[in-house]
Amino acid sequence: MPVADFGDAGGVSTETLTSAAELRAFLNGLPGVDRVGAEERAARLASRSIKTTAKAAAIDLAISMVDLTTLEGADTAGKVRALCAKAARPDPSDPSVPRVAAVCVYPDMVETAVAAVAGTPVKVASVATAFPSGRAPLAAKLADTEAAVAAGAAEIDMVIDRGAFLAGDLMKVHDEIVATKEACGDAHLKVILETGELATYDNVRRASWLAMRAGADFIKTSTGKVAPAATLPVTLVMLEAVRDYRAATGRRVGVKPAGGIRTTKDAIKYLVLVNETAGPDWLTPDMFRLGASSVLNDLLMQRRKLATGVYSGPDYFTLD
Amino acid sequence: MVFEYAPAPESAAIVDIRPSYGLFVGGEFTDGHGEPFKTVNPADESPLAEIACADAADVDRAVAAARAAFDTVWGPMPGAERAKYLYRIARIVQERSRELAVLESIDNGKPIRESRDVDVPLVAAHFFYYAGWADKLGHAGFGPDPRPVGVAGQVIPWNFPLLMLAWKIAPALACGNTVVLKPAETTPLTALLFAEICRQAELPPGVVNIVTGAGATGQALVEHPGIDKVAFTGSTEVGRQIARSVAGTSKRLTLELGGKAANIVYADAPLDQAVEGIVNGIFFNQGHVCCAGSRLLVQESAADELLERLKARMATLRVGDPLDKNTDVGAINSAAQLARIRELADAGEAEGAERWSPACELPGEGYWFAPTVFTGVAQSHRIAREEIFGPVLSVLTFRTPDEAVTKANNTPYGLSAGIWTEKGSLILWTAERLRAGVVWANTFNKFDPASPFGGYKESGFGREGGRHGLEAYLDA
Repeated sequence: MPVADFGDAGGVSTETLTSAAELRAFLNGLPGVDRVGAEERAARLASRSIKTTAKAAAIDLAISMVDLTTLEGADTAGKVRALCAKAARPDPSDPSVPRVAAVCVYPDMVETAVAAVAGTPVKVASVATAFPSGRAPLAAKLADTEAAVAAGAAEIDMVIDRGAFLAGDLMKVHDEIVATKEACGDAHLKVILETGELATYDNVRRASWLAMRAGADFIKTSTGKVAPAATLPVTLVMLEAVRDYRAATGRRVGVKPAGGIRTTKDAIKYLVLVNETAGPDWLTPDMFRLGASSVLNDLLMQRRKLATGVYSGPDYFTLD
Repeated sequence: MVFEYAPAPESAAIVDIRPSYGLFVGGEFTDGHGEPFKTVNPADESPLAEIACADAADVDRAVAAARAAFDTVWGPMPGAERAKYLYRIARIVQERSRELAVLESIDNGKPIRESRDVDVPLVAAHFFYYAGWADKLGHAGFGPDPRPVGVAGQVIPWNFPLLMLAWKIAPALACGNTVVLKPAETTPLTALLFAEICRQAELPPGVVNIVTGAGATGQALVEHPGIDKVAFTGSTEVGRQIARSVAGTSKRLTLELGGKAANIVYADAPLDQAVEGIVNGIFFNQGHVCCAGSRLLVQESAADELLERLKARMATLRVGDPLDKNTDVGAINSAAQLARIRELADAGEAEGAERWSPACELPGEGYWFAPTVFTGVAQSHRIAREEIFGPVLSVLTFRTPDEAVTKANNTPYGLSAGIWTEKGSLILWTAERLRAGVVWANTFNKFDPASPFGGYKESGFGREGGRHGLEAYLDA
């Protein structure tokens, strides 16, 4: 890995340390990603067979990593409160089921969510920066972020300016992340790359490094509003990036695939990917999240099947 | 959190291994008249079955059955009719794929993931591919109406038992030849199951004959005067003996022998995928691959970083029970092969190369060898020159593309090679200078029935696969 000046990892502005030319040279100097090879590797890992005790452990781990999400124009306080109740007690009939990591909502719903999860360890994450397109003036994006933080969001899921990235204005992307990180204060920053719009794995790797250098605590694949959303090969490339970034700087950055993860099988494939790419240090909700909602009930169903030996129908799990 | 994968064994119950097996001659299972031998499971050394041994008279019977079938049924049969049998065999292979994969892993020691995802699908693909040629031979470029050669004597190795059978039998039958095939002594079971498949497909008796045994049986087969063509895949040493015995006869010969392939990694390679390619190149099938990328040639400026990544990746390889679906590296096929790998690895250490293996617990019984990498290897070391045929990688460095090509070609072998770089023109520049039958770019160990395979120099001659693979079985 070409080791340049990594700027600062902690969140203070890196503007003085990074020039546009240096940033471009650094990102273009990263080793390429061979598409065929990356997809083959992801498919190979997806063929791992996770059974019995390993499956039980993986299901509980996956539940604890879920960012339970509702991001609809039709969201209401009632909908958000129901989601929060589900997050805190995913299966009301079984207290041994772990809580999910966080609920993820729009900024204007943060206050409702914070009140609803009060007293539980469930965190409130908010999308911000004119999610999902990010097509707003920087001042609006920062105001969006500040409002969410002020309302009590512990985590901010921002979107990068994909237009600027594709146009080659990497500094703009970088500086917006830096500014958003500042606006976050103590809140953790997840940076959504929207990999479906970046199109190539080379771009995914460059955007991952760009976001990490700018201070991201997490890098996240997708908004869920663009197809394709998270895929295994994209997540593989991002996991390689956080692994290499840690080797270069010592700082660990989390990864969050989001969108399109619907079944227990899907979730377990992601865990295998984490285990054999970034390594066991990432197998914790602090370092890996699953952005999803429908997957939770499938995880609960599979969990009960493993425990009791029989499938319970979908009517035995709450729809929130 | 430590994410331990629980055992996920494929069920061995799907396959019914009989206590003893006969020879398959003229469509029937018959006794052999040599001393029967046992085939063992290399993962735990347990005996699997007793196998009949064909003596010279048994081989004679098999050749006579093949000749009769050639003269009366298979030779005169229109290509479109032959194709129907081959398609039928291909479909039955697919239908019985799980059974074949499990049996292959039990008898050979290779991981079920490989027999399931690589070997058996390729076997079916070969039969499908050559079935398609059977009625189009006039368009293959060998004349308007090429004729079959006659009876083919085929001797195959133990590393891909069923796949090598398919590589030999599918083109031979498509072209109108009949065959007598000898599987390797340590891995006869899938060939014998294939014999059952021939019966299930109602292939006319005598078109495929399978004689089991050791070296003497193979020798009786290739030296038999009733054979028109000899096809051999195996060691260069045995290949030389066969070439000598066939010299001066009218028999045609193709040989696919050993290799010591160079896998060249330039500094601008896609590193993570190159690491996967290196791992796939040398640890696929425990390195029991004639085209294995056993010599890693890495540009010196990228060597440290690449090796660091390679070692981290090797530490994630799962070595163990071949039937476990999560196993990456299985058992060494035989005690003799294990002894050979150990001898060469020890020689590598004695000659001053640095040996490294990840921490990995090997099972107590059976034949096992941990994935191993040697660094600081020189061209003059035995581990850089001799085929190890095991999970042992020798790492050499180079400074310039010229040096890479010179080192890659500096071997008596020339079966395969790999090139890793993001620069397309460098791929082409390198590939046209490599003296190897197959050159992979930014990948390794990829096989397809449409692609010809074969070697330069001591890696043999003749091509198998693709249109080129027809030539060996046509009187063209």
